[in-house]
Amino acid sequence: MKIGQRIPGDPEPTPETQAFWDAAGEGRFLVRRCTACGKAHWYPRGTCPFCHATETAWEEGSGRGTIYAFSVMRKAEPPFVMAYVTLAEGPTMMTNIVDCESDDLAIGRPVELVFQPSKSGIPVPCFRPL
Amino acid sequence: MARTAHAYIAGAYELPERYYPDKTLAQLQAEAALGALADAGLTIDDVDGFFCGPDAPGTGPLSIADYLNLKLRHFDTTNTSGSSYTVHVAHAAEAIAAGKCDVALITLAGRPRAEGRAKGALARTDNPQQPDFQWEQPYGLAVLNVYAMVARRHMHEYGTTAEQLAWVKVAASHHAQHNPNARLRDLVTVEEVVGSPLVCDPLHRLDCCVVTDGGGALIVTRPEIAKSLKRPLVRLIGSAETTQGQNGGYMDITTSGAARTGPAALAEAGVGIGDIKYASLYDSFTITVLMQLEDLGFCAKGQGGAFVSDGGLISGTGRIAINTDGGGLCNNHPSNRGGMTKVIEAVRQLRGEAHPAVQVPDCDLALVNAIGGQLAVRHAPATLILERAA
Repeated sequence: MKIGQRIPGDPEPTPETQAFWDAAGEGRFLVRRCTACGKAHWYPRGTCPFCHATETAWEEGSGRGTIYAFSVMRKAEPPFVMAYVTLAEGPTMMTNIVDCESDDLAIGRPVELVFQPSKSGIPVPCFRPL
Repeated sequence: MARTAHAYIAGAYELPERYYPDKTLAQLQAEAALGALADAGLTIDDVDGFFCGPDAPGTGPLSIADYLNLKLRHFDTTNTSGSSYTVHVAHAAEAIAAGKCDVALITLAGRPRAEGRAKGALARTDNPQQPDFQWEQPYGLAVLNVYAMVARRHMHEYGTTAEQLAWVKVAASHHAQHNPNARLRDLVTVEEVVGSPLVCDPLHRLDCCVVTDGGGALIVTRPEIAKSLKRPLVRLIGSAETTQGQNGGYMDITTSGAARTGPAALAEAGVGIGDIKYASLYDSFTITVLMQLEDLGFCAKGQGGAFVSDGGLISGTGRIAINTDGGGLCNNHPSNRGGMTKVIEAVRQLRGEAHPAVQVPDCDLALVNAIGGQLAVRHAPATLILERAA
């Protein structure tokens, strides 16, 4: 099944995440890393989910990853691909795979970031097969 | 151990219909409550503890407690979605052990069919203040498409097939054919399940539970009261609950939190998984059952597909009897929340009151496991170990 672009829902940025969405508006994909324990996490937050230090910081993400899991929502109109992608930085994030043939998708397949504008135009990080 | 030590489930009642266009939620809550009390041989004046979920309209317990004119000493509105009512049984036992109440009423009712809310395929509408909202809601997260990811990953890691998952539905249909109230009573075959539309690849329409109106209620009480009633004794001897999320982005979605609650509840009860004669396992989807069978220890991780195949879950001939009322897959999933009916069927089995065609002989030990929320995203499993007491 051919899967095209998708218009994501609006993400509703918060003070904790505004910098992420501002960067997305400039075409940059940020990842959050704890400067105390050094581990990157997802979703981004001000308190490290591992060592609970409050010194977490944004960094430029590679925008590369591999498919950890996916499903093809055929019941939706238009159909779309729900997925978890494991980022090169380590953590796995929920996303959509766009611009693909669903039959060609597979767990482990490399993917790259592609921003899809939400209903109100906020770029939302999605992925497409490499 | 002082624990829950020994509260009893004295009353259990499942509303008979699966479509309630002409009754209000409050009426259904009330009918469920009165049904469970009548089953126990108690009256509403005996109730001093009330446990409900957000399906009860109003703020926490307030509106339904007022509608029923309850005189309460204790209440608890823990909400973990579908597992809430399973959690409530354990919390009621703890409250009773602590002397906070004597007769706890637990209710569930809902009208998703009458109200046109087939929740599983709809995008969730959560609170934007949830810290996860902006990272999930934009992607069209629905119950269906995240459970389908679990199925896909399980297939990838362990070679599980669509046909094996289908056997879970086939077993449910074998049981539901004997339940006159079941939403779906027709026997289905593996071929029919895998031949039904792929609603969210790799899950087919028949891999999904039913959407039903209805509900039920339970009465949990202290030993002295339970023993004064003229009903078979069903005792809670172990329980455990937990939450499991995405672990900061380093998760394994093919292992649920039941891998922790199952062993904890069994240890508290002092029994092994091999002692269990009957199990009620949450069956929002076929994959949900497979995951629990493995995580609770009925079979090794990755062996669920083989375990359920060839009628492995059919009462009387299978490896373990589960969901002998037809489960959420065929019988009932009232208010899109399955934890209540799971406990009710376990009580029927322990009392020897299940349908004769599916009754497990000499059923003296049962396990109930519910999964609230969503596997793969964040969920709250709750396990109960129940025994038939002398």
